[in-house]
Amino acid sequence: MPDSGPDNLSDSLHAAAPPVLEVQGLSKHFPVRKGLLRRTVGHVYAVDDVSFSIGTGETLGLVGESGCGKTTVGRTIMRLIEPTAGAIRLDGHDVTSLGKVEMRPFRRQMQIIFQDPFSSLNPRKRAGDIVGEPLQVHGLLTRAERRERVADLFERVGLRRAQMDNFPHQFSGGQRQRIGVARALALNPKLIIGDEPVSALDVSIQAQVINLLMDLQRELKLSYLFISHNLAVVEHISHRIAVMYLGRIVEYTDKVTLFTRPLHPYTEALLAAVPVPDPKIKRDKRVVQGDVPSPLKPPPGCRFHTRCRYVVARCKEEVPALREVEPGHHVACHLR
Amino acid sequence: MTAPQALPARAPAGRNEPRERVLEVDNLQTYFYTRGGLVKAVDGVSFTLGKGETLAIVGESGCGKSVTSLSLMRLVSEPGRIVGGSVVLDGQDLVGLDESTMRTIRGNQISMIFQEPMTSLNPVMTIGRQIGEALTLHQGMSQKAALRRAVEMLQLVGIPEPAQRIKEYPHQLSGGMRQRAMIAMALACNPKVLIADEPTSALDVTIQAQILELINKLQREFGTALILITHDLGVVAETAERVIVMYAGRKVEEASVGDLFEHPMHPYTRGLMNSIPRLALMRREAGPAVERLQEIPGIVPALTNLPQACTFAPRCAFADDKCRGQFPPYEEKAPAHWAACWHSDRLTEAGDAR
Repeated sequence: MPDSGPDNLSDSLHAAAPPVLEVQGLSKHFPVRKGLLRRTVGHVYAVDDVSFSIGTGETLGLVGESGCGKTTVGRTIMRLIEPTAGAIRLDGHDVTSLGKVEMRPFRRQMQIIFQDPFSSLNPRKRAGDIVGEPLQVHGLLTRAERRERVADLFERVGLRRAQMDNFPHQFSGGQRQRIGVARALALNPKLIIGDEPVSALDVSIQAQVINLLMDLQRELKLSYLFISHNLAVVEHISHRIAVMYLGRIVEYTDKVTLFTRPLHPYTEALLAAVPVPDPKIKRDKRVVQGDVPSPLKPPPGCRFHTRCRYVVARCKEEVPALREVEPGHHVACHLR
Repeated sequence: MTAPQALPARAPAGRNEPRERVLEVDNLQTYFYTRGGLVKAVDGVSFTLGKGETLAIVGESGCGKSVTSLSLMRLVSEPGRIVGGSVVLDGQDLVGLDESTMRTIRGNQISMIFQEPMTSLNPVMTIGRQIGEALTLHQGMSQKAALRRAVEMLQLVGIPEPAQRIKEYPHQLSGGMRQRAMIAMALACNPKVLIADEPTSALDVTIQAQILELINKLQREFGTALILITHDLGVVAETAERVIVMYAGRKVEEASVGDLFEHPMHPYTRGLMNSIPRLALMRREAGPAVERLQEIPGIVPALTNLPQACTFAPRCAFADDKCRGQFPPYEEKAPAHWAACWHSDRLTEAGDAR
């Protein structure tokens, strides 16, 4: 099958229009408070100096293990969490410090889909009202027009019009996630942030939702920031991928390069750890030892040095910068 | 990274010679009497388990894999009940035992580790006492001896500074360390059968690899038979010798791990294998990945109102009137390869879609 879409597409796009989303030096440090006076005793370095961009119709995959900050990145971009530092540009406009009212028109351009299709839908609202709510909040369309638009959205995501009057509990997990997708599409956004959107679904249903997201991207020229811990899913859906470890991006490149020539030892370790669903394929499996250190006290120097098998003295002292080691391939490692 | 190589199917040691059986499950039926109706969560499941063998039970949510494991442990609670069948562990049927006798067996001859260690560890008891409890209870050890053994067990499962750790509480350990402590606890009495219900699903992938490696290593050392309940085909392929696939409360396929992945005989098994995206390193041939994942259309049926026919028929591309009218018999389609499908031969002809 010719690989017509993803890879070539993103290349041609880079030269053209400004990116839909540009994130520069984004940081989020959560204060840790203790005691009666709630004094700040330290910071959780959830996100530290993260930069990337996403073009029109492009999917950037953000992978990493729990606590690496990938969810915080998504929520900070949505301004659900205020960033500590850095800039977020949507279609060239800096939205980092806009107030609530100024932010409103930009909110319409980006939407988020959450992981858990059970807790992200109000159980007491009808599915049609859930999907139509963003339209209502933004005061768009009349009641009748809204209903028509919602019906269109239902059909677009593979639900039936007749299901608009049902409540969330009457839908299966996969269908609920479709409702979440329809709600995200309601305002015709340019960018959708998916925070582990298929992780809570069974594998047979997961394929349905992944295919839906990819179809919608083609039809509507959507851009995705796809946050996930599942490397196989991320490889399938993304054009480019950023790997995060303890709040920092350690590797950032197109998906073919990342999966065939990973340069960061952490990416290498992640790939080696994924169990392969084929008993005929045997790999040299070097299991990376140790736990992820606490983001409260990240190790000095390279944050991966406590688990890295190539570690040298320099790694323990000096923070490696994210450098472009070959065109389009960024790595934060002293040894590359 | 080294390139993946295709090797001949790994032949599990002693696969062809009969192994001493430690567990025989026959026609197990566990039903839930709910307000919504009768839920046949496990409906006529049978299997055997040899000494030191690893059997994986695979399926999606609601297929009955977890209820099967809870039934083996006799931990099914109201409104659920084991209504039929037998679970024979080392010659003794567990189904008819009263609770006090069962308590001498549970955690001693058959133990279980769960997906989320935090919910199965007691948060107000030190790790050492929790591991020691089983030893004082089942093996009559003194508190002191039990604590000493707890330290040894923690060492065995790779927890650093075990003498220090036994004094700590579960919340002081990381997720991976907690799962290690759970494993130490489950293996403390050297059970004949260990059931692991999604033991790594809540863990990060690098930690998952560590835990799977540990379970494999300990199983070899202790000779424990392992039942691995999981939805992750990758974990199955790397860990199990034999696999049972469940769908809507029934077994639909059973084979050695090599045969199952090479020639799935049930459309559901094949659907599962084709619906997962594969990393480049998971593909046998080089070249671009599939553009579009194969879907299994529809959803798992509600267990309250199952048709007296193939339960997978509404989602199956091969289904015809026969499938919608009659339940397919569970047959041996190839040596040691069982499936419940009217059309396994057509599936073989259609070839491997990967």
